[in-house]
Amino acid sequence: MMTGWTMLFYKEVLRFWKVSFQTVAAPVLTAVMYLMIFGHVLEAHVQVYDGVSYTAFLIPGLVMMSVLQNAFANSSSSMVQSKIMGNLVFLLLTPLSHWSWYFAYALSAMVRGLLVGAGVLLAGVLFVWQSSVLNFSLMPTQPLWVLTFAVLGALMLGTLGLIAGLWADKFDQMAAFQNFIIMPMTFLSGVFYSIHSLPNFWQSVSHLNPFFYMIDGFRFGFFGQSDVSPWLSLGVVGVCLSLVSAIALHLLRTGYKIRG
Amino acid sequence: MPAISFQSVSKTFQTARGPFQALDGVRFDVQKGEFFGLLGPNGAGKTTLISILAGLAKATSGSVLVHGVDVATQSAQARRMLGVVPQELVFDPFFNVREALKFQSGYFGVKHNDDWIDELLHSLGLTDKAHHNMRQLSGGMKRRMLVAQALVHKPPVIVLDEPTAGVDVELRQTLWQFIAKLNREGSTVLLTTHYLEEAEALCGRIAMLKNGKVVALDSTTELLKAASSNVLRFKLDAELPPALAAMARVTGRIVQFPAHDALEIERYLAAVREAGLHAQDVEIRKADLEDVFLDVMHKSEEVKA
Repeated sequence: MMTGWTMLFYKEVLRFWKVSFQTVAAPVLTAVMYLMIFGHVLEAHVQVYDGVSYTAFLIPGLVMMSVLQNAFANSSSSMVQSKIMGNLVFLLLTPLSHWSWYFAYALSAMVRGLLVGAGVLLAGVLFVWQSSVLNFSLMPTQPLWVLTFAVLGALMLGTLGLIAGLWADKFDQMAAFQNFIIMPMTFLSGVFYSIHSLPNFWQSVSHLNPFFYMIDGFRFGFFGQSDVSPWLSLGVVGVCLSLVSAIALHLLRTGYKIRG
Repeated sequence: MPAISFQSVSKTFQTARGPFQALDGVRFDVQKGEFFGLLGPNGAGKTTLISILAGLAKATSGSVLVHGVDVATQSAQARRMLGVVPQELVFDPFFNVREALKFQSGYFGVKHNDDWIDELLHSLGLTDKAHHNMRQLSGGMKRRMLVAQALVHKPPVIVLDEPTAGVDVELRQTLWQFIAKLNREGSTVLLTTHYLEEAEALCGRIAMLKNGKVVALDSTTELLKAASSNVLRFKLDAELPPALAAMARVTGRIVQFPAHDALEIERYLAAVREAGLHAQDVEIRKADLEDVFLDVMHKSEEVKA
């Protein structure tokens, strides 16, 4: 049932790795810019949790945001490019099952997300280390939570990217999906602030955003503190991942927009 | 058991201007080991039929079997037996020639395939391009790659959709020698082409498709026999009178009349002379597949009217 999926997975990883300057280095640089600017401006003014400085709070958020955005970017751009270039036909002609397609696209997206995330974390560690003002360690207190949320979040966004790639017929539709759905949901998920600092209404709205739980659970692994219980976050992320995976598998099985 | 069996295949597309029937009950078999030609004008439904065979599209009704395996319900098993060369000149710009072939091989679950990949590269004249990125290849080279990618899992049934469109003479020769060799070694070949002399030279049997229907299906020899045996061909500097033009095939200055015997030929030439015209470079040749093709297409029009 899964014959050949490892080759597709390998191809998808090689695809982004061949242009890693653009697919890995560039997003790390972007995250470092956020870190330098927001860290510099807000370090002295905002304290989110007791004993956690703003920069320490911000870094895990940026790491997770980079993981999510790059996982999405990988599968969505690969799929939409193959459709538009027409080379998706080479896959369509093979006996690869919908499970093979799903695992190859979602896992390769996850690999890119985790690579970029690791890069941002490393940059964060160096940033703290060279600073004369900052004095904290970025060692996660509970690394298993960190890894769990990074993996599940990357898989979920990789799967969403696959769905968006199947749906979009043109590059501008893909850009719309990214700019009007993915970007607002990541920016409004508590990367840059704790949602407890928001007015009640916006706190409730934030609780409807699945991205909030990914960031919050991920951050819990670093500080042992979070806005909601990591178990609740795990449950929400697990349900969302199952849901989008079921949708992606259904679209692949029926050949949505790829088999006439 | 036939290599390919089209069983009343119909396909209707929903378009902005309402439903369009691309295929209408197409039914024929291609036997194992055959070199089979599928001919028809643009828009006849050839590519739609091949897309359904390859699993790129779904039939509205009817079914297609490859070695007895249904392409819709047992798609994985059917696709393993098919090597399809798509019509569009597509490629993946991220990879080089050898990488693309290794991937394609892996998707079919074929491991350790380097010997066959080397042989394919050699037979298609791609050996010195093995490490070139796909973007660097010329159109003809990309076309050869499509063939190599289709054959990488050694399929028993090879489907070529317009493989020589825009390809130079030398490559056409290389390509046909290679495909003919695979055919002699037992592979079944289904070919669509616009070059009728290619079909005449290569295909043992031919189906002609028009408006989604099979309008002729026979061995190439029989099709040629059934056509008018001769063609009167000459050049003319002026226009033919309408009554004569209706019976002729006119391509620029070249005028051709299908003719069965000397009497008919004399009659045409007399009519041209009476119209005050001067026929040059007159020749009489045997009818070829192009004549048959035009004849069949013309007749199916009359039946419709």
